Amino acid sequence: MENGRVILSGKRFLLTIDRLCHQIIENHGAFSNSCIIGVQPRGVRFADRIHKRLIEITGSDKIDFGVLDVTFYRDDFRRRDTPLSAQKTEINFLVEDRNVLLIDDVLYSGRTIRAALDALQHYGRPQKVELVTLVDRRFNRHLPIQADYLGISVDAVDEALVKVEWKEYEEVDRILFFPKSKSSQ
Amino acid sequence: MSELSTKHLLGIKHITKDDINLIFETADKFKEVINRPIKKVPSLRDVTVANLFFENSTRTRISFELAEKRLSADTVNFSASSSSVKKGETLLDTVNNILSMKVDMIVIRHPAPGAPLYLSRHIDANIINAGDGTHEHPTQALLDAFSIREKYENLEGRKICIFGDIQHSRVALSNILCLTKLGAEVTVCGPPTLIPKYIGSLGVRVEYDVKKALNWCDVANVLRIQLERQDIKYIPSIREYTNYFGINKALLDSLDKEVLIMHPGPINRGVELSSDVADSDHSIILNQVENGVAIRMAILYLLASKNKVSSI
Repeated sequence: MENGRVILSGKRFLLTIDRLCHQIIENHGAFSNSCIIGVQPRGVRFADRIHKRLIEITGSDKIDFGVLDVTFYRDDFRRRDTPLSAQKTEINFLVEDRNVLLIDDVLYSGRTIRAALDALQHYGRPQKVELVTLVDRRFNRHLPIQADYLGISVDAVDEALVKVEWKEYEEVDRILFFPKSKSSQ
Repeated sequence: MSELSTKHLLGIKHITKDDINLIFETADKFKEVINRPIKKVPSLRDVTVANLFFENSTRTRISFELAEKRLSADTVNFSASSSSVKKGETLLDTVNNILSMKVDMIVIRHPAPGAPLYLSRHIDANIINAGDGTHEHPTQALLDAFSIREKYENLEGRKICIFGDIQHSRVALSNILCLTKLGAEVTVCGPPTLIPKYIGSLGVRVEYDVKKALNWCDVANVLRIQLERQDIKYIPSIREYTNYFGINKALLDSLDKEVLIMHPGPINRGVELSSDVADSDHSIILNQVENGVAIRMAILYLLASKNKVSSI
């Protein structure tokens, strides 16, 4: 795990976040009928950053923000060696008829997002769901799921690991690439 | 740590403090699930659970069944009164017959202490003890401790008194084991005939005066007098028991503190608890019932995760 290569950091990292925010604003305007939902655990960090930046850029004082845990909806329950522990879900609003921005940091097999779409149904029937991801591992998909807003694409084999670190948690904003990791995510 | 140390829940005796905390943390998440508009998750959709009730039950049975349904498990119910047990079939034969219909988990309530342990030695399925005679009732103890934890966050050093028929109560034994594992101080209070002689060896204090006990404790867990398990008279009369050991509003008002009132149900109103106490703000009896579903979902979920699909 030591030989991680930085593929995005510093100013370019911040520019990517800003670009994503502006693209989102282009489609969602004043966020009157839109809301943000981060996927636990690491998608929440990305969602939190997008949420803060959107508030700064739009000057809007309230954009609905929720966090969603998909552990109970995963399709690999009883198939993993060690069970995942559930995290908190906190959505204090209904998504009925709203435009939902589902946010996760790395889009890999697409199975987490499938589970998230399932879980989301339990909070109402959204008008529209869009997916925001910072990193798209485009050749590793198991399901027909694509991002609507995308930071960068990474071409990697299954054994590789892509990890996003955040200033708030790891003291630096960057995306790391590990060519050979046995536990790829 | 995100895995239980055991494949079955036979009793609190068989699980560790870490297990208990893992169950609580998972139950927190399930409590959020059962308060959603849609209270169901698909986790156990490929699991079949048999509820074997060889003894009567309302709360535990409905609670288990709801927990299973909210996890999307398939369920089959069985009650001894309407089954071939009446024709002379043994417990092991009954269970093996049910298991050959491809059942993954067994929830069992049985009048014989040790019945779940006996089964666990002979069959493969995960077993959850839903009460075995006068021995243990682990899910009740877990939901009781979970309800206390909801009020007080930490059970370390918390003072809890269990009132009533300690001798015949599986809830009492499981509660004592669970609370002491979590670091709480436990006292039992009841008529001397209904308190086992060597109960002190479990690390609990004994008190025979209700008022003194109430003055000592933060939480009072009040149990029912189990007349159906008593073949001889342990107390002169129910009326005398109520006079000496019943908890009523006047008694609680005479204390200079507030005590949280719990009861595992079914309540004999006017015997161990007066109605005004059972329905008061201090009572968390209905919270206990709600938490029961979350705790049982957590246990079913965590035990099911021990059974890998590839190994089935």
